[in-house]
Amino acid sequence: MQIYLPIAEVSVNAFLLLGLGGIVGVLSGMFGVGGGFLMTPLLFFIGIPPTVAVATEANQIVASSFSGVLAHFRRRTVDIKMGVVLQIGGVIGAALGVVVFNYLKSLGQVDLLVKLCYVVFLGVVGGLMFIESLNAMRKSKRSGGATPVRRQRGWVHVLPFKMRFRTSGLYISVIPPILVGVCVGILAAIMGVGGGFIMVPAMIYILGMPTKVVVGTSLFQIILVTAFTTMLHATTNYTVDIVLAVLLLVGGVIGAQIGTRIGVYLKAEQLRILLALMVIAVCAKLGLDLLLMPAELYSLGPAGGH
Amino acid sequence: MIRSLIASLSLGIAALAYPATAGEEEVVLGLSQDRVAITATFDGSEILIFGAVKRETPIPDGDPLQVIVAVSGPSSPVTVRRKEKKFGIWVNTDSVLVDSAPSFYAIATSAPFAQVISDTEDLRYSVSIERAIRSVGAAMHIRGAQDFAEAVVRIRENRDLYSLRENTVAVDQQTLFRTAIDMPADLTEGEYKARILLTRSGEVVSHFETDIDVRKVGLERFLFALSREQPFVYGLMSLAIAIAAGWGASAAFRLLRNS
Repeated sequence: MQIYLPIAEVSVNAFLLLGLGGIVGVLSGMFGVGGGFLMTPLLFFIGIPPTVAVATEANQIVASSFSGVLAHFRRRTVDIKMGVVLQIGGVIGAALGVVVFNYLKSLGQVDLLVKLCYVVFLGVVGGLMFIESLNAMRKSKRSGGATPVRRQRGWVHVLPFKMRFRTSGLYISVIPPILVGVCVGILAAIMGVGGGFIMVPAMIYILGMPTKVVVGTSLFQIILVTAFTTMLHATTNYTVDIVLAVLLLVGGVIGAQIGTRIGVYLKAEQLRILLALMVIAVCAKLGLDLLLMPAELYSLGPAGGH
Repeated sequence: MIRSLIASLSLGIAALAYPATAGEEEVVLGLSQDRVAITATFDGSEILIFGAVKRETPIPDGDPLQVIVAVSGPSSPVTVRRKEKKFGIWVNTDSVLVDSAPSFYAIATSAPFAQVISDTEDLRYSVSIERAIRSVGAAMHIRGAQDFAEAVVRIRENRDLYSLRENTVAVDQQTLFRTAIDMPADLTEGEYKARILLTRSGEVVSHFETDIDVRKVGLERFLFALSREQPFVYGLMSLAIAIAAGWGASAAFRLLRNS
């Protein structure tokens, strides 16, 4: 069944969108990631204009994160105070990101920016995750899965404006969490991702937060930042397509529930290696598109800018 | 001297009289629909264009009557960008502003294009796809500026937005004609123009224009208008839907698991 998207002004198959939402939902349920980093490139591939894809994906992430954070609230694994600090940074970052996005759109370089961001971040994160989980697998074979707990005491602990985060059991400066928030906010606005894949490692390795509150807090933070991004894109670019968002949502939430069940049967290290391989695959595909000569050298855009 | 003056005068009269006799063939047109409604399930449309040639005098001798039907969407300026390899990756570099290009352009003719209309007449009426696109201000400093206009045609032809279909107008007895124009699913809204040109030996003898209204309707209309006129409300509504869906999904699956 073809459906006409009122904002994107293209007609796409509704079942294709439901299916895409479903597949990405399954993966996000399995791996506990938002899936934005997979969904946005997939939307590019099926012909949704990149600006619409990025803005709409931000809206969809609001839904999936909200659905996810409720479970964490019930289990009390959300550090609200830390979340709010991260959100302050996130909102600043999102505003910066949208300004950069709109500027580059007027130069005609926004596709390049989005794709470069994907290649760089997916490459780095995928690569690190792959190496780390290979090491973890080797270690767990030797020592029966006992992972050493180690708190970093580095530059994070000498900065001023310290604050106590009771749920995380931390007493650190607010500067690093705000900076982390800003970075993730910029990425959310430019790449149309929640930023969980950056946020989660940053929380563990830079802020030293305990693993059990990391996912809930990151989801909590993502809701506000992506909601803010959605509003910015909706009011400055008019590129949020609500019909597209709803179709992706329906597939996504169902897929996520299925994915969670599948995830139970796999070991954590295996999951992470699979996720790392997937991230690297998406990165390689986007990277090749930039390196190889495109079939069509010309592209059309609305007038304006310069 | 006087004779030559009379000769040129009579020539002038002949030239004046020519369009008048040509005007005796007129188009009477019918459309299967004069509006296209873009609904949520819109996946393209086919418009039947049919008509008759009204004339008071017998069918003129010589080449048979040919018919051109051109349907064009609203025109707008388009920025065309070209990629070039820089630092090992393909980057948009040069860009050219094409002043005006229709969002949709379909031509149907009753014979091969070169036979139905001469080049001068094509220039005067801007019939062919290349002529329908205007790129006056193409920058001189960019090499191959012409390639940019060609790129517009190529890209839009690949998306079925531009098409030239020869021999698809059926003409009966030099009087009745009919054709069907396919409109793809990716239409932008606006006033579309349907032009019908009657030609004999490459000269246009009559032309007729009518509008086809392409509009989003119902939910599509509502959402599109809201997103442009009340973007803040639209954004809030998108968020409300997203949060309701997220909460609903979580609640529904909890019920499922508990039962």
